Amino acid sequence: MNFILIAVIVLGGIALIAALVLFVCSKRFAVYEDPRIAQVNELLPGANCGGCGFAGCGGMADALVKGADAGSLEGLNCPVGGSEVMSRVADLLGMAIASGEPKVAVVRCNGTCEVRPKIAEYAGMRSCAAMHACGAGETACGFGCLGCGDCVEACQFDAIHINPETGLAEVDEEKCTACGACTKACPRAIIELRKKGPKGRRVFVSCVNKDKGAVSMKACKVSCIGCGKCVKECQFEAITLGQNLSYIDPEKCRLCRKCVSVCPTHAIQAVNFPAPKPVEPKEEGKEATA
Amino acid sequence: MNIHTFRIGGIHPEENKLTHEAVTQQAPLPMQAIFPLSQHIGAPAVPIVQKGDKVKVGTKIADAGGFVSAPIFSSVSGTVARIDTAIDATGYRKPCIIIDVEGDEWEESIDRSDKLELVKDHPEVTPEEIVSRIKDAGVVGMGGACFPTFIKLTPPPTAKAECVIINAVECEPYITADYRLMMEHADEILVGLELLMKGAKVTKGYIGIETNKPRAIELLTQKCAKAFNASEYNVEVVPLAQRYPQGGEKQLVDAVIRRQVPAPPAIPVNVGAIVQNVGTAFAVYQAVMKHKPLFERYTTVTGKRLQNPGNYLVRMGTPMQMLIDLCGGMPEGDNKLLAGGPMMGKALTSTEVPICKGTNSVTILSDDDARRKEPQPCIRCAKCVDACPMGLEPYLLAKLSAFKNWEKAEQEYIVSCIECGSCQFTCPAHRPLLDNIRQGKQTVMGIIRSRAAKK
Repeated sequence: MNFILIAVIVLGGIALIAALVLFVCSKRFAVYEDPRIAQVNELLPGANCGGCGFAGCGGMADALVKGADAGSLEGLNCPVGGSEVMSRVADLLGMAIASGEPKVAVVRCNGTCEVRPKIAEYAGMRSCAAMHACGAGETACGFGCLGCGDCVEACQFDAIHINPETGLAEVDEEKCTACGACTKACPRAIIELRKKGPKGRRVFVSCVNKDKGAVSMKACKVSCIGCGKCVKECQFEAITLGQNLSYIDPEKCRLCRKCVSVCPTHAIQAVNFPAPKPVEPKEEGKEATA
Repeated sequence: MNIHTFRIGGIHPEENKLTHEAVTQQAPLPMQAIFPLSQHIGAPAVPIVQKGDKVKVGTKIADAGGFVSAPIFSSVSGTVARIDTAIDATGYRKPCIIIDVEGDEWEESIDRSDKLELVKDHPEVTPEEIVSRIKDAGVVGMGGACFPTFIKLTPPPTAKAECVIINAVECEPYITADYRLMMEHADEILVGLELLMKGAKVTKGYIGIETNKPRAIELLTQKCAKAFNASEYNVEVVPLAQRYPQGGEKQLVDAVIRRQVPAPPAIPVNVGAIVQNVGTAFAVYQAVMKHKPLFERYTTVTGKRLQNPGNYLVRMGTPMQMLIDLCGGMPEGDNKLLAGGPMMGKALTSTEVPICKGTNSVTILSDDDARRKEPQPCIRCAKCVDACPMGLEPYLLAKLSAFKNWEKAEQEYIVSCIECGSCQFTCPAHRPLLDNIRQGKQTVMGIIRSRAAKK
């Protein structure tokens, strides 16, 4: 009986002292963390993709709370969660929504195996970066997709793949979070983050070849030759021409698709539009003979 | 005779010096000559001619674009057709000056006679004059790296040059351009060496030659004894055991004067050596004594399946296709075209690439010789570690690069890699070691540069 009592008193005493020390320490050395950081962190997707520009979601949460204290959430956007997550975060912090329009990764090369013939065989390490360092690659185009899949490796969301039939990278729009990892991984800067557009409708120049028209045509039949027809056709001044290459500004483009029909090499692509109306037979005949 | 070589690593690939005894021929003039503006390490040259301008052989067509840069001279006479882009040895289209060839009219300032000009007969050629003439003639390292020669002759104040080493090793398989140059122009090379020594203000010179060129060793030893007898200069011909990559600067310094160059940013002159290729010595002779800028070079056109492989004195800007045609045309079937030799050469996808200052060889390998074998898992046999001439651990560097562990790769001295390919050559599992390391090296060098820029 005595032994039990002693044990209880001794252990109880130790526990009391330890509790006291812990209590004092936790009060004395406490680091104040804004409780909102944890709350915001909970709202974020937790993918730690780095698409926002911070190392992970924790860093983003920290920046969001700091931003809210400073009075603006501008420049802070979670590409993965999109406007939905950002509006919830903004609600929590009592701020206005600062999220941009949803974006998606766009592969600006349409040089499939048929239109861009192979002129050589690459036998080195299967990596776009290594192949890019060796020269133009297996085709004569020194700008186009190499198809080794550095972007596929970089994507954390399984949203980009190499299509074995075309040899080109293709983006799965459903899965793409526009984190931008692929744009950084591509040694040729072919992938661009563009405005997703209403119902995913987009018009863009699917080529980044800066060679002169005759040279790029020789390498790939669907290359932009810098003829400038699209620039003249566009009523909204959305298209600019520089270094033998057209670029459509997604902010100015009204999706009229006139440029698509005038492009002689079919380098301009319009995606997610409803099936085209039957083209006038005259035009079609011309194309077939051209 | 005591035969030296470098102390760490090295391999011995099959030599295949098919064109050893093929006397150099003058290649005919091309119809159109292409001059890439970036033929050297450093800033690209800046064109000083315009479309329609008439040029002669030896006319300067582009000025140096910075301190580390070199001017470019026309190798042909004719009219500037256009300033455009063309595929160069990088495999990409780069800015070039394209000249339509008309006749063969030389600049009058160039001395075209064969008379051997000796240094002692030209007291007006002071060390400063030598360096400035070399600079103005656009002379760069002819071994392949194309580093402007005048910079090597003016070492930074922290280093002191003690000797000039002539790189006559030619350890790369197939190539024989330097050997032919030695056999045909030994006297000029020795005058070139004397000029280099005078320019660098040293009195000691070495010529490192591998023992697979016994006739060159014999010839140069005799000529050296005659030329430098009773002069202030002391020149030694050093026979070296065959070993790749002995022609690498750092390996050659170790083999010849038994000194090891520390890790970058140290360069050979930090241990007292200035290394110059035989081709450079010849170009220096021509630039200083004959007022002839650099627009011609010795190039080997070789390959086992070529009908008549040979050595040619080629005007720069000549498309490779023309040289291949001279040798009997491209062999049937699939081939691998290389600017340079099979170890260090750069694979090309176009035969229209012009011969540049650094093109020592056009090598055509058959599909069987060039095809890589399927890579197998690494078994940690460490053969690559034995072979690495820089004392690195290639298997580790390749893995670190593959896993993008740049920090550790930097700690393991990835930037010391000279990209000689000995590791990949020796790997029994056929792993793409150098492919990985090269990627890692470029990335790490980029990181180091951006770090330096921030400071």
